[in-house]
Amino acid sequence: MLAITALAVIRMRSLFAVVILFGIYSLLTAVLFVVLDAVDVAFTEAAVGAGISIVLMLGTLLIAGRRADADTHTPLLPLFIVVITGAVLVWGTFDMPHFADPQDPAHQHVAPRYIYDSLAEIGIPNMVTSVLASYRGFDTFGELIVVFTALVGVMALLGIPERRQSRRQVSEKTGPEFSGPILTIGASWMIPFIVLFALYVQFHGDFGPGGGFQAGVIFCSAFVLYALIFGIELTYKTVRPKLLILTSASGVLLYAGTGFVSIILDGNFLDYNVLSNTPKAGQHLGIFLVELGVGITVASVLILIFFSIVQSRKRRYQMQPDNHLDSQVRE
Amino acid sequence: MMTHGPILQVVLPLLVAPICFVFSRFHRFCWIVACVISWIGLFISIRLFFQAEQGVIVYELGGWAAPWGIEYVIDRLNAFILVIISAVAAIVFPYSLTSIKAEIDPRQRGLYFTCMLLCLAGLLGIAITGDAFNLFVLLEISSLSTYTLIALGRDRRALASSFQYLIMGTIGATFILISVGLLYSLTGTLNMADLAERTQNLHTSRTLKVAYSFLIVGIGLKLAMFPLHLWLPNAYAYAPSAVTVFLASTATKVAIYVLLRFLFNVFGITFSFELLQTEWILIGLGLISMLFASIVAVFQQNIKRMLAYSSVAQVGYILLGIGLLNINGLTAALLHIFNHALIKGALFMSLGAICFRVGNTELKNIAGIGRMMPWTMAAFVAGGISLIGIPSSVGFISKWFLILAAIEKGWWPIVVIISICSLIAVAYIWRVIETAYFKTPQDSGTRYVEAPLSLLIPTWILVFLNYLFGTSATFTIDFAATTATLLLGAGR
Amino acid sequence: MIDSIVGLYNYWIAIFLMMAGFYTVIASDNLVKKIVGLNIFQTSVFILYISLGKVEGGSPPIVSANIDVYSNPLPHVLILTAIVVGVATTALGLSLIIRIKKAYGSVEESDIIEADQQMLEPTQDEKQ
Repeated sequence: MLAITALAVIRMRSLFAVVILFGIYSLLTAVLFVVLDAVDVAFTEAAVGAGISIVLMLGTLLIAGRRADADTHTPLLPLFIVVITGAVLVWGTFDMPHFADPQDPAHQHVAPRYIYDSLAEIGIPNMVTSVLASYRGFDTFGELIVVFTALVGVMALLGIPERRQSRRQVSEKTGPEFSGPILTIGASWMIPFIVLFALYVQFHGDFGPGGGFQAGVIFCSAFVLYALIFGIELTYKTVRPKLLILTSASGVLLYAGTGFVSIILDGNFLDYNVLSNTPKAGQHLGIFLVELGVGITVASVLILIFFSIVQSRKRRYQMQPDNHLDSQVRE
Repeated sequence: MMTHGPILQVVLPLLVAPICFVFSRFHRFCWIVACVISWIGLFISIRLFFQAEQGVIVYELGGWAAPWGIEYVIDRLNAFILVIISAVAAIVFPYSLTSIKAEIDPRQRGLYFTCMLLCLAGLLGIAITGDAFNLFVLLEISSLSTYTLIALGRDRRALASSFQYLIMGTIGATFILISVGLLYSLTGTLNMADLAERTQNLHTSRTLKVAYSFLIVGIGLKLAMFPLHLWLPNAYAYAPSAVTVFLASTATKVAIYVLLRFLFNVFGITFSFELLQTEWILIGLGLISMLFASIVAVFQQNIKRMLAYSSVAQVGYILLGIGLLNINGLTAALLHIFNHALIKGALFMSLGAICFRVGNTELKNIAGIGRMMPWTMAAFVAGGISLIGIPSSVGFISKWFLILAAIEKGWWPIVVIISICSLIAVAYIWRVIETAYFKTPQDSGTRYVEAPLSLLIPTWILVFLNYLFGTSATFTIDFAATTATLLLGAGR
Repeated sequence: MIDSIVGLYNYWIAIFLMMAGFYTVIASDNLVKKIVGLNIFQTSVFILYISLGKVEGGSPPIVSANIDVYSNPLPHVLILTAIVVGVATTALGLSLIIRIKKAYGSVEESDIIEADQQMLEPTQDEKQ
């Protein structure tokens, strides 16, 4: 199934179909992840691959056009590179430990501590959350920074989303993107539930699959839905872009701040043990705080990126290769 | 607080980046904050450098011991890289404010500083981390901010080259990710020291060999190893000048550090060189990129692009030094990492000053500029002399050791090729000097005045360092030689 | 031999998918398609990692009373991070595409190269 979808993507010329196929591909992958016991990852893949990525890609297609031209250059060289790379990889797998064998080195060395001791050391049942937020908490901090960097990049490229300044522009297009009573009413019923679900995922991540990142993505999807049904202008009234910029930064600061509090309390950066009286309580508090930081930043970053891409349709960007931006500079 | 030096080095820029982002409308504020942070960073890195002389510094993040947690490890090698990165940052950040006035839209200037801080943190993190997966994450932080910084250039080609870099860079990162996955499947660990230990008795494993080659290709994309250099000339040519200075002096250096770390420490000399004979690949690719890129550089019409090709050639020198696999060769490579940062920093900074007045760096537009902007052009000439490798400049020292290393092996053709490449460097630097001093501007009405001091001072600091470390080089040479001995001893 | 086929076929599928994605990235002319290809490439690497984490008879790594074999949680954590990195790259790539479309009027690589060359030609004429 996956293979067919992937091959279809190569052949297709309609970009719209390519993007939708990628969504299907993502969903299939998510199903595969569930089969392979990775529920947290499946959750994220479904929310990101089949959700946010697709929305962003479709938003881009609105501007960039829906059809791809036929590829002009001959596919021989790429094909050659790909076949070589693939052959090397397959050759390499022959000495790989076999799939799902409990004796694999991967399951013998580092992982057992996470599996058997994390409940005693961290005190929460979801090992993925323990490893993510505590043992390898710095990776997660890095991941948060990557998301934040992407936001800074998108803002720098597409401009900071703003509410319309002039009246005329507002009247030009205030109408919702899609309208109709069924959609409107359906959406107004659904959105509170989505937000509620996001909060549940955020705070239940210790016990079941979920956590800050997934919650942020779901939260974002509520706003995307709102924007699609009620129009982007109304969404700006609900959440001001400026506020989102503030929250996106504060999530990062919350994560880093937690780390600094550990330093002040005589631990290493992101050492949660020192945050409270007992190590377990400290771990709990630390994980809660950093997951909250992740949730806040991810939600606001994704909403902002969505806004930027939607708004860029009407924006103009100047490119002046040979003139100075500042006319005084020359003298 | 000083025991937390390793983490503060990376996290301080990350902490102020969000603040700069929120206040991005006040770009002067961002500039001040970024400068202060870069100076604090330089201070920390110098302290770490002297601390690491005494012994390896280990910092366990989250208080979890490696390999369960992530650790930062600082030894002589990466302490040295840290100093280079933070020193370049400490000079480029003050330079930026004036430089970007001519090149970046006012609304984007605050975001520019945010991105520079993120990029700095990412690069420092790559140099400092002792965990293979953490390296991937930090690599992506620095890469994403680099793509943005390049795309801030005013020419629309900046966008296209940024996109090209994004595609190639992400492929490279994914290759590294595949390699880390394969390594994990073999060893069950992600920690570099632990990996080194656990791959010892796996040397015949085909999976290890594939993991190794994917890693080399992935890093090769990042460090613009020939023939994976295609992204570099465009990216350097169309990025804003200050960005070019920063990237040219740091980004490829960090990639070379990662290469050294994996070749010598993680996989070990026995595997990388005795078993797989990587040195021949390094020497071959090094020589090809030296020759090829130098020749291409001569034909460039844009000076920035010309210097970008020269950077590819310089990476070739460093790879050659590593491939020679003796103490002198490795010393030359390490010295050249440092020296090339100084040389290209000075050259690109003087170009930035030219760009500030002239508006671009096309060769035809700088005719006669030597008399209009004497100090800027003098800095360029001084940097050019260093690039060619005339005695008393830093460029001479690294080439000298490289030639010594080749002679030690008795490989005279390599000595010849090194000299040919230096001659080609004379040719392309001379083209610029000739145009700047001996040609008259096509449009005789054009007058440019000298660049402002805020650009000239940082440029001349770097030029001064070029000759300071060129004339009294004992400290750097001793340091590089000891580190080289350590690296070569590590796997034996 | 059969043993290794059974033991490794999961990885081979992942590799096949990776290469399909990789091919899309380097062979297609359209920038959006390149980004989609990149996503497929990365997603397939995720499949490789998650396959590494599976343990025969294991269950999802969430502690519960009557289970004692769990799958390996570490690859899951790594891939969670990698997915996020992937979407960040995608977002940045897409906004670059939007800017490229506005600056060049096209998102086909060949058109862009052509446009750049046209820009270069007049400067060569000036020289003559």
